[in-house]
Amino acid sequence: MKSLGSIRRDFAPWNDPNAKPYIQFENVTKRFGDFTAVNNLSLTIYEREFFALLGASGCGKSTLLRMLAGFEQPTSGRILLDGENLAGTPPYRRPVNMMFQSYALFPHMTVEKNIAFGLKQEGMPKADVEKRVAEMLKLVKLEPFAKRKPHQLSGGQRQRVALARSVAKRPKVLLLDEPLGALDKKLREETQFELMDLQQQLGLTFVVVTHDQEEAMTMADRIAIMDKGEVMQVATPAEVYEAPTSRFVANFVGNVNMFEGKVAERTEKTARITGSTGAQILVENAGDATAGADVSFAIRPEKIRISSAKPEGSTNALEGEIYDIAYLGDMTVYHVKLSDGQIVRAQSMNAARISDDPLTWNDRAWVSFRPDAGVVLTR
Amino acid sequence: MAGATLSAPTATGAALAQAAPQQATSFTGKLVIIIPYVFLLVFFLVPFFIVFKISLSQTAIAMPPYTPALDFSGGISGIVGQLRELNFDNYLFLTEDPLYLNAYITSVIVAGISTLLTLLVGYPIAYGMSRAPATLRPTLLMLVILPFWTSFLIRVYAWIGILKPEGLLNQLLMSTGIISEPLIILNTYTAIFIGIVYSYLPFMVLPLYSALEKMDYSLVEAAQDLGCPPTTAFWKITFPMSLPGVLAGCLLVFIPAVGEFVIPDLLGGSQTLMIGRTLWNEFNANRDWPVSSAVAVLLLLVLIVPIVIFQHAQARAQEQGR
Repeated sequence: MKSLGSIRRDFAPWNDPNAKPYIQFENVTKRFGDFTAVNNLSLTIYEREFFALLGASGCGKSTLLRMLAGFEQPTSGRILLDGENLAGTPPYRRPVNMMFQSYALFPHMTVEKNIAFGLKQEGMPKADVEKRVAEMLKLVKLEPFAKRKPHQLSGGQRQRVALARSVAKRPKVLLLDEPLGALDKKLREETQFELMDLQQQLGLTFVVVTHDQEEAMTMADRIAIMDKGEVMQVATPAEVYEAPTSRFVANFVGNVNMFEGKVAERTEKTARITGSTGAQILVENAGDATAGADVSFAIRPEKIRISSAKPEGSTNALEGEIYDIAYLGDMTVYHVKLSDGQIVRAQSMNAARISDDPLTWNDRAWVSFRPDAGVVLTR
Repeated sequence: MAGATLSAPTATGAALAQAAPQQATSFTGKLVIIIPYVFLLVFFLVPFFIVFKISLSQTAIAMPPYTPALDFSGGISGIVGQLRELNFDNYLFLTEDPLYLNAYITSVIVAGISTLLTLLVGYPIAYGMSRAPATLRPTLLMLVILPFWTSFLIRVYAWIGILKPEGLLNQLLMSTGIISEPLIILNTYTAIFIGIVYSYLPFMVLPLYSALEKMDYSLVEAAQDLGCPPTTAFWKITFPMSLPGVLAGCLLVFIPAVGEFVIPDLLGGSQTLMIGRTLWNEFNANRDWPVSSAVAVLLLLVLIVPIVIFQHAQARAQEQGR
């Protein structure tokens, strides 16, 4: 069985036409004065999904989250949760909890009281509150810190208190606003996996806002990539990476080489693209590109092979000169300058300790790739 | 004297709370600390001991009007002899005459009620200011401080014009037909409350504003997110978070209000009894410097209690790093 990327997904309600949507944004627009933060956006999220909103700051992803939490009202359009229109429901009556970017821990309360806060508001009996708080403290491994105040905790511990507090009420949906933004890199990587485990364990629907694509790729079932208040693509991490539908998404996620050209010849399966200098490449995955159209061919650096001699039997091979090399240990990144001046980034894994074909600066080199290694983009 | 003791608490709120406890090792560092201490020593502690000494003396028709006056011509033995004449008779006298006790109690009650009223008026103002758009806040802050540009005395006199039976307030109310008889407000405790609330409002608003403004509003959102309606969120989060500001504001109003003289004298009339006026009468009308000094020393003792509470709370707030 073939699949995009290296993972087979068993959880994919978005491919099931009978799956019931859980959260629906229907033509939602949000304006602040003259500024349109969210522009006529529609989006569907399924139950138990780990959904990420990814975008640069100011793209409207946080506004979307705040509308779901009830802190902002859509200017037009509607938001449904489990089939129910959320319009007019204030934040304190929504079955949704949020973990704030600043954590927003109550500084005058102990860790225990912070976690118990939402439960007490519900009017949960005292014994049950205590039980749930103990459970939550165990879940985030903070039992010894129950009596501490937030200012006596480290950043990572605070993050876990915030998490425990937001899941304590067992919300239908947990919203996470840049949940790992304030942690250092190593802690962030650990916590990503902890969050995924937690979501599995509790069986909740998570909607996370992040500007860190690695974070979104690691954790999310699906990613919505946003730009200027609009969703550019909603897809699994592998689809977003291997099959971007627009130049913006291809550029935004990971590194990419873009070849600009015109479609010279189009068959059902393949397209021949001619560059400005006449160089030709033959590609598959041409999508809706018609003959004569201006297109970009996007290909990831790790899918480009680099060699000192012209590879035998390769459909697409371009000659150039090595302009720059970055040796990163696990892999080496080459920048190859083609005859038309374009720089191609090629990445090769250092699978062997000793290279048979070492390359150096200013060497002539060939870059080659398979016809199905990239995608043709018209948008 | 009350004014001098205030110099410490006025430097409150954000400024002190944020000051990092740094070790001043260099000479300049030490100088910065020494200057205010020397100032307080010369202009507060020394005068206090002079007042304290006078309070232990006896009144006399002389210049100065008490005996013994310090006279260094007699040498050490002369001074020792003078000190032997000092006694606590004046303090005993204060406990014997109920006038003084009543004046103290009335002052504390009036100051207490005024402080509460000032808090009730000041909190919404400070809250509104802290929630106003950031661009508008400096203007609002300036409006709060603006009354200080006019003399305090003139502003209190202006209230006479407003509150007197034929004053502006009564004219307005009678012309609109709300009342037919003029309200008697001037020369009552009501007038004193109005005067104190008006005069001390900025001292309440500023520390409250400073506490509310630095509060992270996402805390309130978090409380709402966890199921609190806005009013509950206010009482569970906003108000507890503003408590240092509430305490600072209340003490900044209460402490000077207890010893307030001008407002009771001008607005309260002769019927009202407050310790500041008693002190004034004792000193000027009776020319009894020793008794009035004793009144002043006792007033200071009454005020030391809230000052100590305040300093304790502030030290605790600093410990918490907030």
